[in-house]
Amino acid sequence: MTLAMNEPVQYQFRLFVAGDTTNSAQAIANLRALCRAHLPDRHTIEIVDVFHEPARALADGVFMTPTLVKLGPLPGQRIVGTLSQLHAVLQALGLGGIAE
Amino acid sequence: MKSTHIAPGPVPKKALTGIVGLDEITGGGLPHGRTTLLVGGPGSGKTIFALQFLAYGARSVDEPGIFVAFEESADRIVANADGFGWKLPELRDKKLFFIDAQPAPDLIQLGNFDLGGMLAVLEAKVSEMGARRIVFDAIDIVLALMPDDAARRREIYGLHAWLLQHGLTGIITAKAGSEVTTTETKQGEQPFGFMQFMVDCSVVLNHFVVQGGSQRSLRVQKYRGSSFDENESPFLIGKNGFEAAVARPIDRSALKASKERVSSGIERLDTMLGGGYYRGATVLITGVPGTAKTTLCGAFAEAACLRGERTLFVSFDADSNEVVRDLSSVGIGLETHVENGCLRMISARSLTGSAESFLVRLTALAKDHGARCVIVDPVSTWIKSNDGIGVQGVAERLIDWSKSEGITLLCTSLHDALSNSGIGSVSQQMATLADTWIQLDYLVQSGERNRGLAIIKSRGTSHSNQVRELILSDSGVTLADIYTAGGEVLMGTLRWEKESAERVAVEVAEVAAELKRVRLDAEQTELEMRVRSLQTELVAKQTEKELLTRTTAINERDLTRGDNQMRELRGADVAPPESK
Repeated sequence: MTLAMNEPVQYQFRLFVAGDTTNSAQAIANLRALCRAHLPDRHTIEIVDVFHEPARALADGVFMTPTLVKLGPLPGQRIVGTLSQLHAVLQALGLGGIAE
Repeated sequence: MKSTHIAPGPVPKKALTGIVGLDEITGGGLPHGRTTLLVGGPGSGKTIFALQFLAYGARSVDEPGIFVAFEESADRIVANADGFGWKLPELRDKKLFFIDAQPAPDLIQLGNFDLGGMLAVLEAKVSEMGARRIVFDAIDIVLALMPDDAARRREIYGLHAWLLQHGLTGIITAKAGSEVTTTETKQGEQPFGFMQFMVDCSVVLNHFVVQGGSQRSLRVQKYRGSSFDENESPFLIGKNGFEAAVARPIDRSALKASKERVSSGIERLDTMLGGGYYRGATVLITGVPGTAKTTLCGAFAEAACLRGERTLFVSFDADSNEVVRDLSSVGIGLETHVENGCLRMISARSLTGSAESFLVRLTALAKDHGARCVIVDPVSTWIKSNDGIGVQGVAERLIDWSKSEGITLLCTSLHDALSNSGIGSVSQQMATLADTWIQLDYLVQSGERNRGLAIIKSRGTSHSNQVRELILSDSGVTLADIYTAGGEVLMGTLRWEKESAERVAVEVAEVAAELKRVRLDAEQTELEMRVRSLQTELVAKQTEKELLTRTTAINERDLTRGDNQMRELRGADVAPPESK
């Protein structure tokens, strides 16, 4: 097993949040915890505050916050909500196997 | 301001919707800077209502708007509204911004969420384009995604607060009957009950079927701080969008009763009416089929067009082209008026819908055409399409509308409808309300049917009480005096016979008089001759008499002289003795 052969897949996330509302803060915490536990060193998280960058929310068609957008690997996926149900979130992100 | 509701403080500012009828019902539009909830079933016209409100704002009152589409895509909404002539693509982006906020079908929802993203986007857009109006179409879609009622309530209140804070005039539409049912939702609760309490104005749209006919209606359920028409008003989605029937009570004192007369198109009928119909009057012509009701309509239409008045002719029985053709056979030429746009013929035969929706359509058409004269032929067909509920309202509203617009309204009605459908039939209703009621009838006599015309009533005008015969010929329509003989009215051939008999009688009398004159002349001449001959005779007699007198005198003298001579001869005394 070499790192070169098994180049880990990089998970790219963009999380739209609405300021420091409860839902948004929870989502950020949940996502970070998930990544730490299941995708150590192979994830990037970009956090977009819709109040600061409404144009990006409009461009991405994000109207419900928080919204997690999985940009990579494909297929992309959107999850709306606080991401509080860990198993369901992993399933949705195609990480079901890891959870086990 | 008189109001049935106690309006604290000044009347709230209102935002005109540009929706025909609604601005009247609400007394000036939706509450300005407040939120209105629009609830209705599928296909009840919520999106059109909301879109029209935005389009009017953007185009006519310089209030740019934002449309948040939760259900349909913005492109589809714009495309669907293409037929209404609002020219949305022109307004789009600058004055009217569409946001596609449909949740993706594959969207996964895990845990609580809020509409913060949307509000952030809107916040930016509102200040960027100076939006004053906003529509959230089908909010129920996004509410359905929320985990519980508490979340729904929180988001809606958040949204409402945000709208108020920005002073936006908003419409939130939601599907009736699709409210999220959970254990928390009590049975029989108002659709979106909590929203109803929150908003300042609530409008309910209904779409139902009455005896197979589609009927739409609108009702303003609440309007804080303002009086409004609380009744259900029928509406339809017409060529120009949403149009509601206005049941506004007409302030009768504001109506100007015109003294101007307009010609009925038939000279002798005008005479019978003392100069014609009154401008703005409602005229009802009743009669059984084939009594030339349409012909009278045509005559009126032609006269109106010749005066240069725009006229709307709504025909329920026949196609427009047929009406024009048929009328040309009695010398009424409508073709040129149709061609130059003065006369608009509408064939309503193919139209379906309730009587109410016809009324809305009719008023819209008349407004569109700028009509001063409106003809409905026949009104009884129109009303047939209704089940009877609200029929009175329709007739009344039709008349109220025409009067308030100063439109001279000519309606025909089948006599059958009048006699058979009993109280409450529109003809009867119309007959009561109409200013002038003309009755056409057939008179069957000696194997003939002839048309008779009588004016049953004509308000504010002295009118002939006599039945006239209505004669149609290829040169036009005329009325003829009828003959009454022995208590019977004579028409048609009988009238003609009577007329010719009278003519003959006159001729005979003339000849007889001539004859008599000649005879008298002769007699006079004869007498004169006799006088002359008698005079001659007289002269002769006088001469004779003179002669006689003279002769006698001579004789006497001769005699006397003879005597004396004799005596002289005899030598006797000059004076003979008395006795011998």
